[in-house]
Amino acid sequence: MSSGPDLKEVNERMRGLMARTTHGRDDFEDLVIVPLFAVVVALIFGALIMLATAVDLPTIGRSFVALAVGSVGSLSAWSETLTASIPLVLAGLGLGLGFRAGLFNIGAEGQLLMGGLAAVVAGFTLAGLPWIIHLPLTLLIGALVGALYAAIAGFLKATTGAHEVISTIMLNLISYRLLDWLLRQPFIQREGRSDPISKDVPPSAELPRILDFIDVNLRLHAGIFVMLAAVAFVYWMLFRSKIGFAFRASGENPDAANYAGMNAAFIIVLAMGTAGALAGLAGATQVTGVLGRASPGFSAGIGFDAIAVALLGRSHPVGILFAGILFGALEAGGRQMQVSAGVSIDLIGIIQALIIIFIAAPLLVRAIFPWGFRKRTKRVGDA
Amino acid sequence: MDVELRGLTKRFGPVVANDNVNLHIRAGEVLGLLGENGAGKSTMMNMLSGLYTPDEGEILIDGKPVKFEGPGDGIAAGIGMVHQHFMLVPVMTVAENVVLGVEPTGKFGYLDIKKARRQVEEINEKYRLHVPPDELIEELPVGIQQRVEILKVLFRSADVLILDEPTAVLTPQEVREFFGIVDTLKKAGKAIVFITHKLHEVLEISDRISVLRQGRITGEGDPKTLTESDLAEMMVGRPVSFTTAKGDAKPGRTMLELHDVTMLDENDDKVLDRVSMTVRSGEVVGVAGVQGNGQTELVEAITGLERVASGKIDFDGTDITYARVRERHKMGMAHIPEDRHKSGMVDSFSVAENMVLNNYYAPEYSKGWAIDWPKVHETAAKYCVEFDVRTPSVFLPGGALSGGNQQKMVVARELERQTKLVIASQPTRGVDVGSIEYIHERLIASRDEGDGVLIVSSELDEIMGLSDRIYVMYDGRIVAEFDNTGGKADRNAVGLAMAGSFEGEAA
Repeated sequence: MSSGPDLKEVNERMRGLMARTTHGRDDFEDLVIVPLFAVVVALIFGALIMLATAVDLPTIGRSFVALAVGSVGSLSAWSETLTASIPLVLAGLGLGLGFRAGLFNIGAEGQLLMGGLAAVVAGFTLAGLPWIIHLPLTLLIGALVGALYAAIAGFLKATTGAHEVISTIMLNLISYRLLDWLLRQPFIQREGRSDPISKDVPPSAELPRILDFIDVNLRLHAGIFVMLAAVAFVYWMLFRSKIGFAFRASGENPDAANYAGMNAAFIIVLAMGTAGALAGLAGATQVTGVLGRASPGFSAGIGFDAIAVALLGRSHPVGILFAGILFGALEAGGRQMQVSAGVSIDLIGIIQALIIIFIAAPLLVRAIFPWGFRKRTKRVGDA
Repeated sequence: MDVELRGLTKRFGPVVANDNVNLHIRAGEVLGLLGENGAGKSTMMNMLSGLYTPDEGEILIDGKPVKFEGPGDGIAAGIGMVHQHFMLVPVMTVAENVVLGVEPTGKFGYLDIKKARRQVEEINEKYRLHVPPDELIEELPVGIQQRVEILKVLFRSADVLILDEPTAVLTPQEVREFFGIVDTLKKAGKAIVFITHKLHEVLEISDRISVLRQGRITGEGDPKTLTESDLAEMMVGRPVSFTTAKGDAKPGRTMLELHDVTMLDENDDKVLDRVSMTVRSGEVVGVAGVQGNGQTELVEAITGLERVASGKIDFDGTDITYARVRERHKMGMAHIPEDRHKSGMVDSFSVAENMVLNNYYAPEYSKGWAIDWPKVHETAAKYCVEFDVRTPSVFLPGGALSGGNQQKMVVARELERQTKLVIASQPTRGVDVGSIEYIHERLIASRDEGDGVLIVSSELDEIMGLSDRIYVMYDGRIVAEFDNTGGKADRNAVGLAMAGSFEGEAA
């Protein structure tokens, strides 16, 4: 070997290596264009389904107008959209974090129920505390119980290899009946009621409505700040922190994680726990910000919709934020659609499902919109 | 059947993968095709099989130009590929795999498996492949699986066989048998393209040799007159040295000591059987052996990836028998894993992330609970320059680099920190000639800085060239030890020890 390159040259080369590469067009297509087209195609298919079920064209037109107006057409529509998106984004963040760590957690629904119920219980038992302590503590307890509930599945996987898909589904089923039973316990059940319903969350544990100075009917609550903080936190955790590095390595290549001395069991339990904490927080914000109490099935499928949100957002915190807002908009707009056009809100479920199918099958979207994409070129092959 | 490539050019965006390639493949001849990773061998072969269409130039079969437009066109024209990674269904029999996609059918379209079997037997007989038609693929050794792949293309009546790195997965004995088959095929009038980067093999088996570098044919010749260093120079573009220059070892204190280490597999069979060995600082110890004789398990025991059943492992005087991977790493053990894709790197992680894969938690890269990314990027860039890892940026995914550069990335990560012991398992597998030379130099440099170096390799040349002392493993045991100071170990004796009691028998 000749003498090494001189210092100036080394510095030059290092600077070149450290220059940020701009995101390629492929990334842009995957992250923006495919989801965008997926939504458009899903809406078109939704229209076709309405046609097929003998809805006349003017009604279809009216329903799409209602969908738009009801989701983004006014301040109150925005308020509804964002309110609906808060638990979706929170639970979606947890699921996305799990996906990154290679855990396919289906249990957000159960974690959300348990966390929500815990928040309600914490809310009314700790009544009397000043809100500055009471509210954060209530949310924290919700997150903690969600984390513990999810950690059961993580623990089972780490110790026995039980697959998390199966165990989280089972834990969901357990959570439904557990909730029903707990809601009938005298400690939790509202006085004078025989049906399963909890006591109310006192005002000092409620997430305040942030737009009621404009109109008292605007339901958007301070949970939106919790949501934004969670987006930032999950981003930091995944892409900046040491533990997030281990999560991602385990998810991408468990053998490499093992080689690198990462503790697989610890990572599984911690990633499940964090995912559960976010789902529990979703439940807690829902009961303290919107519902005010717990009743059977108060989660209303948010934990399942959140799976779709996490997938649509490509398990990226910012993607999940936008995907959650989109699903919130569909939810809010769907209600308006039902009211003003008389179209069943189930159609929204179909459109959501179609979006997911098209996201999951990007090649299908590319085939339908060939002009939207560059021809894929293969990388120069290695031998 | 003769195939001629005339002025074939293929571009991917700004990259010219094949630049005006001319090649003549003749019936009854073995054409050796050499080239480093990324030289354009695969692109060329993919154009021959119809997967890619050339941007310029043409392909002629027996003098007539042909146009391939899809992946099936190559084999339809009689050009068959045997890929490095087999494309077989493990739970199906040989005969079923061979006919898959072109199944002989009887009346009403039922699968005539008897006829399939008969046809497979015929080809088997004709080319003396000795493949059992009724065995399940998963129960066959790799060497036989490869013959099934050859059978597959022969069954589809290929006259030109393109073999992509066929010997990479074979043991030395299997290589011998494989060469016998190539010879039979040649005598039967088939044209064979043998792609590899193993120089001695190409010299042994080829009738003609072509060398590809950066998409161009940079050399052609007759194996009778060419030498390995001629070929290496054509491949790399500069003279390459095969012997790593090194002084005598100055062995110091004992760095690694194994006492009667035994390890069991899931069936409680002994995969390591009372293995005892030492590695001292300032020496390179080589572990030779045919693949699958316990070398993988030995490395797993030393690095802590698997638990040992009994015995004791000492690292620089400390008992590490039950220490975790990370503890051993922190104590100064570097580990270059045998399969970088499986465990040495995360393909989707950036070069920078891969550079700190097992070191990300270290104080110098930490800011509280977060990783100090600017520091990591700077360090990664430094390592890339120092170890000649060729990448446009440290933000590029590790999986996008060529094999040699990926390995240099792993080697850089492992050697560029304070180490006492280097465990290098197959350190140059799937790596081009230029990078091999460099990696060997770095390993010797680690030795000269006072590290103990343990090299496990199935390449005997690598063991002989680098080691000061050699252990031979056979069937989970250390069966021989040789002093190789100044290269004095007897190559034949080492080879015999590697073959164990199975010497001369077919695998």
